[in-house]
Amino acid sequence: MGIVLGLIIGAVVGGLAYGYRTVGQAAFGAVAGVAGSAAIMAGLGFCMFADDAESTEGVLGLALAGAVGWMFAAGARAAFAQSGDGDGGGGFGESEIRTGAYRLGWWWPWVLLSPTLIILIFFLYWPAIQTFRLSTKLTRLGAPRVGERCLANFSELLVTDPALVAALPLAAIGVIWGMALWNNRAAPGTVAAAIARALQPLGIVVLLLALYFVFEGDNGGFRQIYVNTLIVSVGTVALSMIFGLALAYLTFRRVRGITVYRTLLIWPYAISPPIAGILFFMIFNATGGILAALAERWGFDFPDYTQDASLARFTIILASVWKLLGYNLLFFLAGLQTVPRDQIEAAAIDGANAWNRFRLIVLPALGPISFFLLITNLTYSFFDVYGTIDFLTRGAPAGATSVAIYEIIRVGVDNGDLGRGAAQSVVLFLAVIALTAWQFKQSEGRISYGGA
Amino acid sequence: MAAREHDGLSLNVGKPGFIRNRDWPTHLLLWLSMAVILFPMIYAALIATQTNAEVFRFQLTPGSGLAEHFDQVWNDRNLPRFMWNSVVQAVLITVAKTVLSLLAGLAFVYFKFRYKWIIFFFVLITLMMPTEVMILALFRFVSDLGWKDTMAGLVVPFAASATGAFLFRQHFANLPRDLAEASQIDGASPLQFLFRILIPLSWNAIGALAVIQFVYVWNMYLWPVLIISDQERQVVQVGLQGLQGIGTGLTFGPLMLGALLVSIPPILVFIALQKPFMSGFALGADK
Repeated sequence: MGIVLGLIIGAVVGGLAYGYRTVGQAAFGAVAGVAGSAAIMAGLGFCMFADDAESTEGVLGLALAGAVGWMFAAGARAAFAQSGDGDGGGGFGESEIRTGAYRLGWWWPWVLLSPTLIILIFFLYWPAIQTFRLSTKLTRLGAPRVGERCLANFSELLVTDPALVAALPLAAIGVIWGMALWNNRAAPGTVAAAIARALQPLGIVVLLLALYFVFEGDNGGFRQIYVNTLIVSVGTVALSMIFGLALAYLTFRRVRGITVYRTLLIWPYAISPPIAGILFFMIFNATGGILAALAERWGFDFPDYTQDASLARFTIILASVWKLLGYNLLFFLAGLQTVPRDQIEAAAIDGANAWNRFRLIVLPALGPISFFLLITNLTYSFFDVYGTIDFLTRGAPAGATSVAIYEIIRVGVDNGDLGRGAAQSVVLFLAVIALTAWQFKQSEGRISYGGA
Repeated sequence: MAAREHDGLSLNVGKPGFIRNRDWPTHLLLWLSMAVILFPMIYAALIATQTNAEVFRFQLTPGSGLAEHFDQVWNDRNLPRFMWNSVVQAVLITVAKTVLSLLAGLAFVYFKFRYKWIIFFFVLITLMMPTEVMILALFRFVSDLGWKDTMAGLVVPFAASATGAFLFRQHFANLPRDLAEASQIDGASPLQFLFRILIPLSWNAIGALAVIQFVYVWNMYLWPVLIISDQERQVVQVGLQGLQGIGTGLTFGPLMLGALLVSIPPILVFIALQKPFMSGFALGADK
């Protein structure tokens, strides 16, 4: 029953992913989709539909069948598109096939590439595959015995109600899809189109909300990790970008010694995340820190950030913002160089005030660089924040500052529970893939990274 | 992840801007921002000189503990050892990554071969595979290789990167087209071409990659925490943990002094190379 449903989902998703302009195309996509979903379900031994499996595992299994089916169909399409437009020698970037290309033994390029490829295979691809494999296992660090967990490592991150697990993400996807459709159909220039465009960011909010309700909320559930990660990353990214832009605007002026000012403002970029943690540990320390001392002098109590969840999160955000600020300043300065100067001057002559010049000319020109910084800052707040947390709070109080990467290490290394740690890694991996896909979609055509 | 591929993004922030304004409010704002941004470092420098008693007294002048703290950090806690390990790691990774990336760039730009697009895609995809999301499996794999507590464990997994390969691919693709042809007529092999022509033309890109790699490796934390447990082989960022508890309980001074000392090399590198850094090279990121 579950298996049939999985194959049907694979067929539908495959047909959609491959393109459905002709019946032949749709049929081919459906076949690819079925192959994908069958492969993944058989690969796991159909364990998610076994009698002793939890029903959320079944739902996850169907989602997995759909996802792999989609990947197979989309991969097939990409492969055909590539091999269709060339001699198989290099469908991409014809500019590379130079007049000066070497014509030596066929093995030359392979020898040149092999060290890079070997390292990427062994230290990136292999661990990535292993992460997915481990995520279905029950295995301890350093112990040879391995038990099967099927998808239970994942289902225990989620609420127990399978209907909720299935319905909420589907609803979110439906909302996003519907809005994209509306945005595409609405005639440009109409009110409907303006509303559609304004509502676009709502899709992300809906998806984040759906995930909030899908993750297990009980004590020790993944929902808290999810919320921590969301607060720390959104807080870090928003503040560091706003302040970075403000500083860039300030240092983009013709005043004496501006390059010295810039250097002095940019250097925290070179500081490491652990040291950012140490510096803010000192400032916010409840017994010896300057803030506590000042508070005492003025007669009130400064809370201990190791006891106060919001202050702990705020401290981590502040330390990360401080470290990221120089980086963002550097790139926003580079971005400001691309702002069309004549437009600014023309607008000034036409009487546009400073705010309108900023809003209507500067901000749009900074779009590409802002988006780039959004992604790099998010990556920072997902991963590099580990060192800051390790020196500041170690996840205290009561796990309120344990973000996803911190929890992965705690579960996988400190508790030695590789399977559960790997499952959480896969969840984080999916977030990164989603971000990357979003970035590629955004950069298609619209964004050019200046310069070369 | 893909965010790290931005080799086409050229920076040119050395020039003055176009916003005209009266000078003194700008200077005032700049001084204020500098005060805020420099504060954590200055404050740490102050604490580094104070004994715990002076810290708790909330003293705003330099204290009397600096010499003692330096002795603790430098001699007792072996900071030079950690620094040396980090320098070795940084040099090895930087050299390996530069050489491998140059070779890969050479192959991608000056050779035509079957399945090139597949290989290209294979390398490109790794941009969205941050080491951190697979760190448990990587840890297990490297441990199984017997590389725990070794320099190989610290270096080899990071010896190649898509960012480096694409940096040089981009750079070579922008060089004049007839270079390769001319050198082929002269009968030079690809490696001779690389060493005699391409590398001398690429010092800027090589330098840029080297600076970024040095700062990246020097600031590495999570991986050494996992793979190195022998204090003799530990790197600087993790070595700072040992400064958290000196004697009985926590002493602030040595920890701050250690943090400052460890921050000096990357800041020096950054300041020494800020000219090329700020004026127009492609900033490859930290992977």
